[in-house]
Amino acid sequence: MFRNQYDTDVTTWSPTGRLFQVEYAMEAVKQGSAAIGLRSRSHVVLACVNKAQSELSSHQRKIFKVDDHIGVAIAGLTADGRVLSRYMRSESINHSFTYESPLPVGRLVVHLADKAQVCTQRSWKRPYGVGLLVGGLDESGAHLYYNCPSGNYFEYQAFAIGSRSQAAKTYLERRFESFGDSSREDLIKDAILAVRETLQGETLKSSLCTVAILGVDEPFHFLDQEAIQKVIDTFEKVPEEEEGEDEAGEGEAEAAAAAPAEQGGAGAGDQDVAPMEM
Amino acid sequence: MTFTIQIENGTEVRNAEADSQRTLYPYVTGTSVVAIKYKDGVLMASDMGGSYGSTLRYKNIERMKAIGKHSLLGASGEISDFQEILRYLDELTLNDNMWDDGNSLGPKEVHNYLTRVMYNRRNKFNPLWNTLVLGGVKNGEKYLGMVSMIGVSFEDNHVATGFGNHLARPILRDEWREDLGFEEGVKLLEKCMRVLLYRDRSAINKLQIAKMTEEGVTVSEPYSLKTFWEFKAFTNPTVGAEGSW
Repeated sequence: MFRNQYDTDVTTWSPTGRLFQVEYAMEAVKQGSAAIGLRSRSHVVLACVNKAQSELSSHQRKIFKVDDHIGVAIAGLTADGRVLSRYMRSESINHSFTYESPLPVGRLVVHLADKAQVCTQRSWKRPYGVGLLVGGLDESGAHLYYNCPSGNYFEYQAFAIGSRSQAAKTYLERRFESFGDSSREDLIKDAILAVRETLQGETLKSSLCTVAILGVDEPFHFLDQEAIQKVIDTFEKVPEEEEGEDEAGEGEAEAAAAAPAEQGGAGAGDQDVAPMEM
Repeated sequence: MTFTIQIENGTEVRNAEADSQRTLYPYVTGTSVVAIKYKDGVLMASDMGGSYGSTLRYKNIERMKAIGKHSLLGASGEISDFQEILRYLDELTLNDNMWDDGNSLGPKEVHNYLTRVMYNRRNKFNPLWNTLVLGGVKNGEKYLGMVSMIGVSFEDNHVATGFGNHLARPILRDEWREDLGFEEGVKLLEKCMRVLLYRDRSAINKLQIAKMTEEGVTVSEPYSLKTFWEFKAFTNPTVGAEGSW
């Protein structure tokens, strides 16, 4: 989009009925590194690409535990994401304390969306520059939601956000119909394969991605490096089209994609991404 | 304990007796509530009396009310505070229904919410003068719990309030079983209520029994228990202790 005279204030409408500041906030989400979520009837898997500022630094955390039964993956301004995660944890724990019962994820998502909407209607605020993939459980099973800086939220079977997420989305679109009945292991494998799509040729190692899972009888937790590497290793042996038959799927893998051809190591060229956006 | 606080109201500064804002004594009170878990759910019984001190002033007070789809609340103690609690719960269930999202408040959630309310009021030295019994069934799980006016809260297979703790619980400890059928459960509750009727001065012979199962919550029509007053001990009560009454 191009600059125009209606885009300075979030409280200024354009003649065509758009709020440009809100749309610019959504652009910030697209600049962040990819985050992916998928769900079956009983489990939700969140995965993201670990992007580090430089070789010297560690990568920023993009997946947060909100409660035993809710987790969130973010893309965009990680500082905004951290603040919103803290809000979600606070809401969740207050509900647990009062009702001794887990907060239904659908209700948390609405609270988040209402909070984001406020920032689109105050002249002294700006919209949050972060997209959130919220995975969680409620009485009707597992759910995956996407919360947008505009204050909208949508429920998904599978979704990807951030840079080069289109590649992951294409992969997920091909396979999402089977996710509902997927086993836990297959769901993890699909998440890792979707992450691999966003790397576009770069070698996939377990150090490049983070995977977390939660389910009906499984509290939210991260998968460790070895487990992810094991899943990656299963791809190396099997060509891409046959991954569906793979029965191995060692659960505990972080989202790491298999590394077919050896390219240069990490650090794809995103030098034009602002440092605060990951 | 009395203390005065200053209230500022615009340019006016008033001294207020904080005591007049706090609950000191109950006025219209209900007596025991007794409840048990049984095979298919939970049963609760209470009479319909509201005493004004030692006078049995009101005889048609429903001291058990359904809350949402899954729970039932019974109360003893100050009736007006019970009505206040029902208002709080009404608001709670209304907001829960407005979500319209397939999630609903179960008995455990209502019990914990009430515990928080009662305990917080107690901390402000302004209690809701009730002992509450909360029962219900949700997703096949039976739940029965109690909250007192000072915020003491627990769950059990059978609970009672007030005099019921002294007269009914011992009977239940002896005779309660996990697999009581509906008729057996009602008979057991009636046994407890009959003892309370004989021995509790504030009990009246008009009671209701409520049933909570997976299908829902129902409160029976009021009815009376058969009583027998020709026991030898009743005809000549002071025979063992001359001079007493």
